[in-house]
Amino acid sequence: MSVRRLKETFKQLLTYKSAVAGLCILSFIVGLSIYAVIAIPYEEAIKAWRLGEDISINNPRNAAPSWINFFLQKKLPETIVMDTSKTGSGARKVKNFPDTGNIGVIRTEFSFEFSYDDFPSEINLFLTAKYNETAPYITIDWTKPNGAIIRLKEMAIKRTDRLYISIDSELAKKLRSYLSEKVGQEIPYEITPQISLFAVEDESVLKPETAQVLKGKYKMVIEGILFERESDIDSKLVVYGKVFGLAGTDHLRRDLMIGLLWGAPIAVSFGVLASVSISFLQMIIAAVSAWYGKWADMLLQKATEFNMILPFLPILMMIAIFYRLSIWVLLVVVIALSIFGSGVKTYRAMFLQVKELPYIEAAQAYGASNIRIVFRYMIPKVLPTIIPSLVLSVSSFVFLEAALAILGLGDPVVPTWGKIINDAYTKGALYQGYFYWVLEPSFLLVLTSLGFALLGFALDKIFNPKLSEM
Amino acid sequence: MEEKILLSVKNLCKWFELRKGLFGKAGYVKAVDGVSFDLKRGDAISLVGESGSGKTTLGKTILRLYKPTKGTIIFEGRDITNLKSKQLLEYRRETGLVQQDPYGAIPPFMTIRRVLEEPLAIHKIPKPERIKRIYNVLEEVRLTPVEDFIGKYPHMLSGGQQQRLVIARAMILYPKLIVADEPVSMLDASVRIEILTLLKELQKKHSLSVIYITHDLSTTRYFSEWIYIMYAGNLVERAPTKALLKNPLHPYSRALLNIIPDPDAENRFKIKDVPPGEPPSLVNPPEGCRFHPRCIHFKDGVCNKKVPEEIEVEKDHFVRCWLYD
Amino acid sequence: MGKPLLEVKNLCTYFKTRKGIVKAVDNVSFYVKKGETIAVIGESGCGKSSLAKSIMRLLPRNIHTYKGEIYLEDKDLMKLNEDGMNEVRWKKISMVSQAALNSLNPVIKVGQQVAEPLIIHNGIDKKIALERAKKTLSMVGIPETFADRYPFELSGGMKQRAIIAMALITDPDIIILDEPTSALDVLTQASIMNVLKTIKDKTAKTFMFITHDIAVSSELADKVAVMYAGQIVELASAEEFYKTPLHPYSIKLMASVPTLRADKKLEFIPGTPPSLIDPPKGCRFAERCPWRFERCRDEPPLFLTGNDSLVKCWLYESKGRK
Repeated sequence: MSVRRLKETFKQLLTYKSAVAGLCILSFIVGLSIYAVIAIPYEEAIKAWRLGEDISINNPRNAAPSWINFFLQKKLPETIVMDTSKTGSGARKVKNFPDTGNIGVIRTEFSFEFSYDDFPSEINLFLTAKYNETAPYITIDWTKPNGAIIRLKEMAIKRTDRLYISIDSELAKKLRSYLSEKVGQEIPYEITPQISLFAVEDESVLKPETAQVLKGKYKMVIEGILFERESDIDSKLVVYGKVFGLAGTDHLRRDLMIGLLWGAPIAVSFGVLASVSISFLQMIIAAVSAWYGKWADMLLQKATEFNMILPFLPILMMIAIFYRLSIWVLLVVVIALSIFGSGVKTYRAMFLQVKELPYIEAAQAYGASNIRIVFRYMIPKVLPTIIPSLVLSVSSFVFLEAALAILGLGDPVVPTWGKIINDAYTKGALYQGYFYWVLEPSFLLVLTSLGFALLGFALDKIFNPKLSEM
Repeated sequence: MEEKILLSVKNLCKWFELRKGLFGKAGYVKAVDGVSFDLKRGDAISLVGESGSGKTTLGKTILRLYKPTKGTIIFEGRDITNLKSKQLLEYRRETGLVQQDPYGAIPPFMTIRRVLEEPLAIHKIPKPERIKRIYNVLEEVRLTPVEDFIGKYPHMLSGGQQQRLVIARAMILYPKLIVADEPVSMLDASVRIEILTLLKELQKKHSLSVIYITHDLSTTRYFSEWIYIMYAGNLVERAPTKALLKNPLHPYSRALLNIIPDPDAENRFKIKDVPPGEPPSLVNPPEGCRFHPRCIHFKDGVCNKKVPEEIEVEKDHFVRCWLYD
Repeated sequence: MGKPLLEVKNLCTYFKTRKGIVKAVDNVSFYVKKGETIAVIGESGCGKSSLAKSIMRLLPRNIHTYKGEIYLEDKDLMKLNEDGMNEVRWKKISMVSQAALNSLNPVIKVGQQVAEPLIIHNGIDKKIALERAKKTLSMVGIPETFADRYPFELSGGMKQRAIIAMALITDPDIIILDEPTSALDVLTQASIMNVLKTIKDKTAKTFMFITHDIAVSSELADKVAVMYAGQIVELASAEEFYKTPLHPYSIKLMASVPTLRADKKLEFIPGTPPSLIDPPKGCRFAERCPWRFERCRDEPPLFLTGNDSLVKCWLYESKGRK
């Protein structure tokens, strides 16, 4: 089992087109895995996934991938973030205090260009106020490109304040009556602020389907009265888009790329670890059973037969329901339930044949011990033959983990492809049109399985040549 | 001149159990049933017989690959019949096995170097000594230049070369006894002589004792000092090679010698005298002399009642047959 | 009867493999008269089995070249299509293949199996076929009662006889025997050879006997063809060949066969036969031949020596060409 043998096998492998395709797919997936591990360290990924909303507050909810705009005529908006604490983000803040006295004025201006064809999904305003005793008082004005200025709010603010503009029902009503007046007709539906604030103010606004975006420069001005010299207000306006990043976002605003990227190493390592451990352990059990025969053989075979009768998936599901396993404990459980599986029977048949080979007898004649014969003479002979099935079964383990996750029985914390599909399912993704949420992880799952399957079948042709053609 | 007896086999029996179900016994296959002989250091015996005669079983039992059912094997004065573990390992160091199938006898995934290193590693030969021995033994079997062969895999060698490797492996522990079980029957005719000549050379050079198991009587006169003929688990005749070939005594030996052809255009006009019937079942062998159902000299009441004793008809020429009582 | 029963002319059978084209049978020509037995002698890999299969047109899928002429009583078998060949196989030429012991179906009784060729190829009624099978079995030395037994109840020697019976039963003109006795014991081998000798005597059947065992071949051969690296290097009558082989390979081969009766010095041939993929130019045995000289760089034709013997060797150039 040497480097040379590997090289030969590799060369042979390259002559099969299916193997080349499989290897390309797998290198892509492995590439993704490596990238994931380097770009987003494990701890960070888990944190981002777990805390979701808090960390990804700047991301829109359920946004489609941004490349989708390439195919659409109506361009969907990207997210625009303007933060007074970050320079160059379209936010300007000016604080004015007279020479004496404690009352001053602070004016924050958010200006941005909005020329998309669709309305934002959400608008939030985050305010952080610094003061000792008396809170500042603010007024918020909105300027549309057509010159209209709308007073949105007047209020005192707390140390941290969030204005969920798009779901503020009072504001929605106010804007509705404003628009109804402008158009001259009562708007027959409950128009949301993100539409009213951006719509063209004519009859098109009477139906939600026909509402048009008024393209141009928008401004939000926050005038605040400060009652203490040291007071300050920092604000962040986020106009959420409907597309985000390479993969979009989920219901918790999480960038799906995190899940998709990290799903790769997890899927691959789960699949490979499960497959390799189970194959090797089964092989050892089979070798011992075949070589020592008699009582050892009988015991191990009865144990195997007993285990084979037990329904694997239902038992696994039961354990997962009762114990809410982490993915690595799940791996151990899967291995434990599988090692006395049908592979033992298959390998045992192979070992019974190998046992009769002349070189085994020769080894006995020069004094090889039983252990030596099992591990150094029998197993190396059988090893090449199990490699194809080892590679092929990786796919099934990848799917197993995904299936459990989709059913909601997987690891609740770790971002895996199955978990993403599970989220999508429980949130009714397909009903709401968020196809990408389901398609992206499914595609990667299928691709990974395909890669291993193509590689496995080609390896099978090499190691079991009776199936290959001249 | 003291002739050292290396191996002494007394009344050796190897019976295989026939299993019925999980615990029941349905009888025994008496593959070797009462064999006795002595083998001197440096001598070669051709053990001749057909399939089912027990010759392979005898060879393997002597090597302790099977545990004897009855009888004793004495090797260099030590009783090795019931040896276990460590002492058995020591015995294995003194013996070697050459098998019939050269390719099957070598692990296909090991290089030649590794193949030869295995016995050395098992018997804890120190590392610096190992490479020396490997080189030596490869030169002795003429797999040279050694550097060319050391890294090769078995499938890269021809049948003859593979068998030479097997012989090298059997020799590497400097054994005193080699059992060669049909070592050339799977090789081409032109290669057989090469291998047998090699074995003969090694035998002479190292004072090796060789038990050469074969069904081909024609090769025996070139390679052994003794011929032992086996039939249905017994040694029916044993003699120095020339004596047996010139004057076969047992009817079975005579039949063998009669029917083995030499290349001769006249052969096609003669119908050979073949003893009728088949070799007997070893589970229920015939009573008395086991050859009697096929023997032209069959004497009712004698041959089918009592097992003939071994009689020395002329010097060192032994036969088991009532004809010579 | 001067005309040959079987005449093979320039037969070439090449196979396609991943490593290249294997020239298993490379321009082979010979003939056999009715009632004659020709022994084809050679070591493993010389192409003798491929020769047998080529005559029967039992070709594998990876066949690359199959050309030449095979005349069975004036008809060129190569010109027949598959249906035509089916009429010839087993009816005119039958074969006992190597390791035939395993080709008996373990779940069908022996008598039925021996009768099968008659039923399939000659379309004969089952009952009559079974009767003929029993007669053929007794001709090869198996008692008729054994027709009701299964193959596992028969010994190795009996199985081989049953298979010979299967090849005999359709009364073909030629029977090809490919190593019919190599898996058998000496005694059994001798009794099988006795059977074949008796059949040859009584029915004047024509045999093509393929083997690597020179001694056994002399038990049946009237004529000997020696094959080396896909070619016939010597063709001679039995009397001439076994006493004085001519081709260097035949000489060395004969010298490597241990004899029980004659005292002789044994020799072996150093080296190995060449690969059939891209065989060497010139005489293919030259590399291992102790008598090689510069002429051997070109491939020698078959030279006629004496009466009807052919030798493919430049040493016999003076004797003329064929």
